[in-house]
Amino acid sequence: MTEPLLRVRDLKTYFVTDRGSGTAQAVDGVSFDLYPGETLGIVGESGCGKTVTSLSILRLIPEPPGHILPGSLVEFEGRNLLTLAAPELRAIRGNQIAMIFQEPMTSLNPVFTIGDQIAEAAIIHQRLSRKAARARAIEMLRLVGLPDPAERVDHYPHQLSGGMRQRVMIAMALVCHPKVLIADEPTTALDVTIQAQILELLDRLQAELGMAVLLITHDLGVVAGQADRVVVMYAGQVVETATTTELFDRPLHPYTEGLIAAVPRIDAPKSRLQAIPGQVPAATAWPSGCRFHPRCPHAWAKCTIEEPPLLGEGGHTARCWLVQEPARRRREP
Amino acid sequence: MTAPLVDIRDLVKHYPGERGLLGLGRPRAPVRAVDGVSLTIAPGKTLGLVGESGSGKSTVGQTVLRLQEPTAGRVLFEGADVFALGTGEMRALRRRMQIVFQDPYSSLNPRMTVGRTLREPLEIHRLAPPAQMDTRVTALLDEVGLDPAFAGRYPHELSGGQRQRVGIARALSVEPRFIVCDEPVSALDVSVQAQVLNLLADLQQKRRLTYLFIAHDLAVVRHIADEVAVMYLGRIVERAPAAAIYSAPRHPYTRALLSAVPEPNPRAARDRIVLSGDIPSPAHPPSGCPFHPRCPHPRKNDRCRTEVPALRAVSGSPGHFAACHFAEEPM
Repeated sequence: MTEPLLRVRDLKTYFVTDRGSGTAQAVDGVSFDLYPGETLGIVGESGCGKTVTSLSILRLIPEPPGHILPGSLVEFEGRNLLTLAAPELRAIRGNQIAMIFQEPMTSLNPVFTIGDQIAEAAIIHQRLSRKAARARAIEMLRLVGLPDPAERVDHYPHQLSGGMRQRVMIAMALVCHPKVLIADEPTTALDVTIQAQILELLDRLQAELGMAVLLITHDLGVVAGQADRVVVMYAGQVVETATTTELFDRPLHPYTEGLIAAVPRIDAPKSRLQAIPGQVPAATAWPSGCRFHPRCPHAWAKCTIEEPPLLGEGGHTARCWLVQEPARRRREP
Repeated sequence: MTAPLVDIRDLVKHYPGERGLLGLGRPRAPVRAVDGVSLTIAPGKTLGLVGESGSGKSTVGQTVLRLQEPTAGRVLFEGADVFALGTGEMRALRRRMQIVFQDPYSSLNPRMTVGRTLREPLEIHRLAPPAQMDTRVTALLDEVGLDPAFAGRYPHELSGGQRQRVGIARALSVEPRFIVCDEPVSALDVSVQAQVLNLLADLQQKRRLTYLFIAHDLAVVRHIADEVAVMYLGRIVERAPAAAIYSAPRHPYTRALLSAVPEPNPRAARDRIVLSGDIPSPAHPPSGCPFHPRCPHPRKNDRCRTEVPALRAVSGSPGHFAACHFAEEPM
């Protein structure tokens, strides 16, 4: 089996909150592998820790209030990014591991042309001349399907639509041909027809450039269409890992099951949705035992006390005692 | 057939173009946010109004309630001409029609407790004597699934879903017949979104409410709407009973929109129609059919570039209207 490109082990990122309400354990022992060329989806609702996970990988967590706990590991090509010296980390960030964010307007600098912003990484990491970098920027704009790239290269972000800005963000991220692209909710701010364009673009670029994509999203529909494997997060932890088809065919964790059932379906007629009762708990006070137990229709005494590890085999695991005791599953919750 | 509760006729809302150069330059072209929209909603039913950003769907909702003054057109509510009413009559009418906004945080006063937020409309419309206020507030909270203790809390202490429940309770407090729900679940996580959608459906049953449900998400609308209208650049491009629009959409834009919705099913056959280009600016809508520059219809021709297609009945599908010259042709 091929070696993972990126290995995340027991990642813990905590935030000290003001007003002394305690420590927010936003990411609390997350582990996963990203293999070359694959798309790994990290899916979860707000507050589950998926964005903090992605920011922690490149050490983009503001410190304070945040800190990544010792013992956490983010291994890329044999080196722990979390303990790397600043210059070495800079050589990787934006070069071998690049990132795109949800909100392209706030992630682009309004006072520089998009050409300058795309060229910057090529000048820094690949030591291209200004002229060569500009040519590369135009080439990248063409690659991401922006019309009239030779003209657009001198435009400022405010002159572009939301979809075009996201294309520029992608061009910026890919200018150094990274091995890993972290895409944090890349289409959430976009309209559905524009989302379809951007997802298709990401598909095409991944096939052409052969990079691995870590796709962070709340949208199970996007995951179903894009990801090869999925990591489901809840309350700062990984609660289930599986291939995408396995996850949708045979979800093991009641949270995953609930999430899939709660999604409004375009192919189902007017009907009641199955909601998950209650809400995501606060990161300063995760519930005891299994963190999902207060909302779980199957929970029994053990779940309230003992925290389950990731259980299961064959690459499909879930943090749920039901994996060991399937008879405890209730038919009609 | 019962008379419609809400009857929107040729509604137009244009925003004047801003002047460039610090207000001294020539005014820009007006933004034609809503450009001749006609819709009816039967009592007790839900009309889903769907479109992408800039389609004008929220402007329709706000203008119907006269939160914005229209440029032209009429809205009849229970037969009364909403835009012809004086201030006093309008205030009385506001009791009958309410709105729930997308962002429950910015639409709740951060300095008012939930209890005060819910009491205010009761006081303004004199719907309960002071002695009964607390009982009424408790009953409202109960109806939207919140504990009475929430009356003493401030918006910042609530989660998104709880805030939206308060927003719904506030709309219900004056016992309206009609509620404009403007993207009421777009800001919520999927598990909570389902709770709020179910709540809206239950309340509709119990109180015989009529909804104009505005959303960009066609899957969400499918779960609540009886009829669906699709907007593009200020116009209705298709309108039909929900079942018909989802199973047999006739406008190429609706087809593209439906095919673009990511399905939570990895085995779904993916024949996405990916539209090229962006949504044009409503200040400079294309000539002819506003959708023609992005339209993937094989029959697209010069007529589409010059002649605006009227919203017309589609033959063979009762109650189904589409604004496309080739609505009957396969794509």
